[in-house]
Amino acid sequence: MALTREEVGRVAVLARLALTHDETDRLTHHLNDLLGQFAHLQELDTEDVPPTSHAVPVQATLREDVARPSLPREAVLANGPQVDPEAGGFIVPQVIGE
Amino acid sequence: MPEYETRVGMECHAELLTESKMFCGCRNEFGGEPNSRTCPVCLGLPGSLPVMNKKAVEHVVRTALALNCTISLHSIFHRKNYFYPDLPKGYQISQYGNTPIGTNGWLEIERADGTTKRIRITRVHLEEDTGKLIHSDGAGYSVVDYNRSGVPLMEIVTDFPPDIESAEEARLYAETLRSVLLYLQVSDGKMEQGSLRAEPNPSVRPVGSDTFGVKTELKNLNSFRSVQRGIEYEAKRQIEVIEGGGRVVQETRGWDDDKGVSFSQRSKEVEQEYRYFPEPDLIPLDFDVKWLDSLRESLPELPNEKKRRLAEQYGLPASDAAQLVLERETADFFEAAAKGAKDPKAIANWMLGDLARLANAESVPVHATQVTPGALAGMVGLIESGAITGKIAKSVLEEMVATGKTAAQVVEEKGLTVSGADEVAGIVANVVAANPDVVAKIKAGNDKSIGFLVGQVMKESKGRAKPDDVNRLLKDEIAKQ
Ligand SMILES: [Zn+2]
Repeated sequence: MALTREEVGRVAVLARLALTHDETDRLTHHLNDLLGQFAHLQELDTEDVPPTSHAVPVQATLREDVARPSLPREAVLANGPQVDPEAGGFIVPQVIGE
Repeated sequence: MPEYETRVGMECHAELLTESKMFCGCRNEFGGEPNSRTCPVCLGLPGSLPVMNKKAVEHVVRTALALNCTISLHSIFHRKNYFYPDLPKGYQISQYGNTPIGTNGWLEIERADGTTKRIRITRVHLEEDTGKLIHSDGAGYSVVDYNRSGVPLMEIVTDFPPDIESAEEARLYAETLRSVLLYLQVSDGKMEQGSLRAEPNPSVRPVGSDTFGVKTELKNLNSFRSVQRGIEYEAKRQIEVIEGGGRVVQETRGWDDDKGVSFSQRSKEVEQEYRYFPEPDLIPLDFDVKWLDSLRESLPELPNEKKRRLAEQYGLPASDAAQLVLERETADFFEAAAKGAKDPKAIANWMLGDLARLANAESVPVHATQVTPGALAGMVGLIESGAITGKIAKSVLEEMVATGKTAAQVVEEKGLTVSGADEVAGIVANVVAANPDVVAKIKAGNDKSIGFLVGQVMKESKGRAKPDDVNRLLKDEIAKQ
């Protein structure tokens, strides 16, 4: 099961990556090599192995529901490439709806 | 034109009532200055790691138990990847696939005619809310506020094929679900603030068809009324599209409550690719059966159980009981007032009638006026003992709501006690004397005319005469003529 250039192009769009023609070629090749490695792993018999999302068997540590101070607003907004100081928020391209 | 039937799936989101956010210690609140409650975790800054809020997990488990779900003993979280400015990390932490906290539950709704129906629920899961976009007119850009980013959010989804078969059933489902969340104290249930959001997806099909129609998803429904209206409108629109030879497009549609129309927001024809995968920054939740049992035991009496009990214990009609249990405080108010009352039904009538109307005028719930349960019981007691008439009681209650005084105080101060029979007899004599022509008609056999004289007497006594007294004394007085 090999990836096509078109599929790689679609993944790039989803990841918001602008790839050149050459980069797409190169990455298609790389990704197919990677998939080859996985195909090798697929040969193992995992019939009796339950799906594993995490490799280490530890219990989740939960946090008590206690509020702590947040960051000062000025410090937060200082990180923004573009902010509207009056509205107190980050500027993003206009979004309609929602 | 064939007859069509509607099917509605429901997706509901509830922001959970916690002190802090889902994965960080920022305060979980509504409103406030934009971006005043953020930190590296809920801003998605590199290097920050989420730590789960125990209370939020507990809230979802309790809700899932109350909705008769099976609890997954091992539950994992996923990343839902998409780019949108209100999502700073570029993914939302959510639960995907077959290990959400709760699966396969149900909620019973009761229709207006008293019949009940189980609405199956496929999943109850925990995720995080996104930030909020503020659209400023004419600025040419939008502004993001991340105060809501990372607020714990619970999603409750009904099963497929949908059990909900009308807009009314969808509204009842949303109302009943809200009641359950309020009883559990896991959500404030405020639809107008968006802390409870109902997103129905209605579809229509000709009766008898064995496939379901294409569904659309409705958003921006800010009240139960708009849930019902939105679905009614959407079903009608879909039928018109099909009858007009077109096809319904799978899309998200916004609801404009002022205009009473839905409008296309976003086409979902191309399935979004969220590329879900297990969240590597969070360890799976493993629930202890003993802990689950203790949570199950600590569940309060839920609205449906309370409804049945109130109807039985106090002899109330099912419809009254259903209204009383919508909010826990209202049911508590009723029980406090009805305790030891001769006629609990009368208490319910006053609560759901005049008191509800007066409370509504003050924009507060029926349990939150200045009238205490004891004061309402006292007022009903005065009617039962014959000290005041039901008519007088209406104005007494108005005064009680306005001033917080007891019925006895109001009656005392305004001199509203029922007129004695002697006083009524005097008024009757005057009225009879003043209307000889009416009396003549009655004597000639026109019984209906007596109503006019009764009215005159009630007017003269300012409503304080007991109708029984008036009728008896009038008949006596006319017989004497
Ligand atoms: Zn935070």
